[in-house]
Amino acid sequence: MTIAAKSTADPTGRSSPTAGPERPAGRFQHLRYRLDLKASPYLYIAPFFALFAAFGLFPLAYTAWVSTHEWSLLSDEHAFLGLGNYQTLLSDPYFWNALGNTLSILLLATVPQLLAALLLAHLLTLRLRGQTFWRMGMLLPNVASVVAVAVIFSQLFGRDFGLVNWVLESLGAGRVDWQSGSATSHIAIAVMVAWKWTGYNALIFLAAMQAVPREVYEAAHLDGASRMQQLFHVTVPMIRPTIVFTVIVSTIYGLQIFAEPQLFGGGGPNGVTGGASRQFQTLTLYLYEHGFNRGFAFGYASAVAWTMFLVIVIVALLNYLFIRRIRSDS
Amino acid sequence: MNTRPIRTAMAAAAAAALALTAACSGGGDDDGKITLSVGLFGDFGFGPLYEEYTKLHPEIEFEERIAEFADHHTNLTTHLATGSGTADIEAVEVGYISQYTSQPDRFHNLLELGADDLEGQWLEWKWQQALSKDGESLIGLGTDVGGMAMCYRRDLFEQAGLPVERDEVSALWAASWEDYVDVGRQYSAATGGGYFFESSGNMFRAMVEQADEGVYDREDNLVVESNPAIGQAWDLTVEAIEAGMSNRLQAWTPEWNAGFSEGTFATIICPAWMTSYIETNAPDSAGLWDIATVPGGAGNMGGSHLVLPSQGEHPEEAYAFIEWLTAPEQQLKVFEATGNFPSAPELYENEALTGLTKAYFNDAPVGQIFTAAAQAVEPQYQGPLQGDVLATIGQGLGRIEDGSQTPEEAWSQVLGDLESF
Repeated sequence: MTIAAKSTADPTGRSSPTAGPERPAGRFQHLRYRLDLKASPYLYIAPFFALFAAFGLFPLAYTAWVSTHEWSLLSDEHAFLGLGNYQTLLSDPYFWNALGNTLSILLLATVPQLLAALLLAHLLTLRLRGQTFWRMGMLLPNVASVVAVAVIFSQLFGRDFGLVNWVLESLGAGRVDWQSGSATSHIAIAVMVAWKWTGYNALIFLAAMQAVPREVYEAAHLDGASRMQQLFHVTVPMIRPTIVFTVIVSTIYGLQIFAEPQLFGGGGPNGVTGGASRQFQTLTLYLYEHGFNRGFAFGYASAVAWTMFLVIVIVALLNYLFIRRIRSDS
Repeated sequence: MNTRPIRTAMAAAAAAALALTAACSGGGDDDGKITLSVGLFGDFGFGPLYEEYTKLHPEIEFEERIAEFADHHTNLTTHLATGSGTADIEAVEVGYISQYTSQPDRFHNLLELGADDLEGQWLEWKWQQALSKDGESLIGLGTDVGGMAMCYRRDLFEQAGLPVERDEVSALWAASWEDYVDVGRQYSAATGGGYFFESSGNMFRAMVEQADEGVYDREDNLVVESNPAIGQAWDLTVEAIEAGMSNRLQAWTPEWNAGFSEGTFATIICPAWMTSYIETNAPDSAGLWDIATVPGGAGNMGGSHLVLPSQGEHPEEAYAFIEWLTAPEQQLKVFEATGNFPSAPELYENEALTGLTKAYFNDAPVGQIFTAAAQAVEPQYQGPLQGDVLATIGQGLGRIEDGSQTPEEAWSQVLGDLESF
């Protein structure tokens, strides 16, 4: 907008009699000034786009190019296949299995996680002793390395000597073989993801909540709304853009989880296929199985990567449309 | 061993840092010193030997990079293909060696570096495994071999009313694997459902390694479906699973490690290198374990070679080191320290080796046991994706163990999965 406004102002500058041909130095200065106004902003943001082109756009395009070839790291010949890799991909039941697993884990991880984050953020807005301590504490799980989190949780969910099973057993419930079942393994992995990201999202919600004007709450309070009613009828609609943001970011992250299922499966082949029955193989693990395992089929793995990209765009879009329906008038 | 993946990550970071410094210092021989990098999976017990070698050759220093078993071989393949990132010296397990002998140009030919007159130093099949198909180049020198035995828990056998002394235990299943499964049934019945072994995949692999032909024929065709030995091994393993003998552990996982110290299973297939894993995982169980012979005759499981990727810039120095390291004298030291059994037959007559016993295993004469096991091994041809094929079959057995598939479903999925190999 500002740039457009300036360019409309330019013709008046050119027709100004003081900037005539009799003062070339002034005219040069004027040109420089104009160039500075018009070009500098682009120059300032150029480094980002240069880096993005080199490390974002180029790999994206190159991956698309590779995905149309039979491209193995182990051979120097790359035969052109067109969309052949995508055809194989879409007809591979293991791919659909991985997609289903990924969506299931995403759902199990994201929904409870964001609800819990909302509640936590709400609690943090209350007057508490040691406010900074609680708020910083929220972030601790997020600072922990994802590998460490996955390793520790894999042990907690161990079949024979895991803490979770020990608790279940002492409560009178039976032991659960977390890894071998489909639903149980998804829950275990979702817990790892939720543990790491709940606090992070809570802090983002908290920041948004601080921007909600006090008067609105006071009005709600006078109308006799309880704290919970205030949360769902005042806070949630007021921080809708933030919720949209967290939903989309969690979706993008959730569709790409790798370390959690990989380490949950242990060091051997089960870490690559996500369990002996592929019960918790996610899309990224499926990519890894083909691209960085025997065969090193980079072409096929690239096709998986691009398909994943499309899946993420679609799911994020659906989420956006869904979340937008939160009513903003309360 | 909850630190394994972290260690892997750290090793990767260290490797990256190392690659950077190596690149900056031009191989690190500015001050006349040469640093040889050694890429291993797990601890090979080389630590004291590096020091000893540096004393003999002050200009050589060592940098050890340890990764996890599967990661190690994947990384090595990647680094070979991309032309950078390998260590000067890399360990290769026998399940992967023929994948590399099929591309000998990616390695320094040890026959040209001085190994041509050393052939008699190793078991013949160990030497053969590292030869390229045309026999023109040798890519690696053998470290250890994995002649199999059977480790068992004396206390658990006693509780189950089974014999405890190793000769009597060996006699229980001397005739065949079927007898081993029968003993397993007795054990389960006497202990009220106690587990006889840890993982069905290991039992299956042991039987396959003993067969004349494994999962590949000599032309590198997969013969999983047509080889009767594989079918028999599968059927017997399934029988054992269905009788509830398997602890359903997956090798190399934390649960598997914990199984040793908690004593949840009574027997485990024991190639020589397994003894040190048992000792590390269950340090408090000294004296409870003992070693008997394996059913079904002799066979080799595991063991490694040291190879020199052609990316390495110091082939002469690296070769001189691995020649020294794999010489009988040093192999004996490794055996004494870790239990990894030498591949040098000259030692099999040596009292220092054959007389060795291990206190942890109730003073079992490990020297004698594994010498006999190694001498009896009939070499089996190892195909290019040996390790991956066995892992795929192992997963099929895993699906039967966790109840998600019937044996028939698991078998047909295994065959389906193998079609993409």
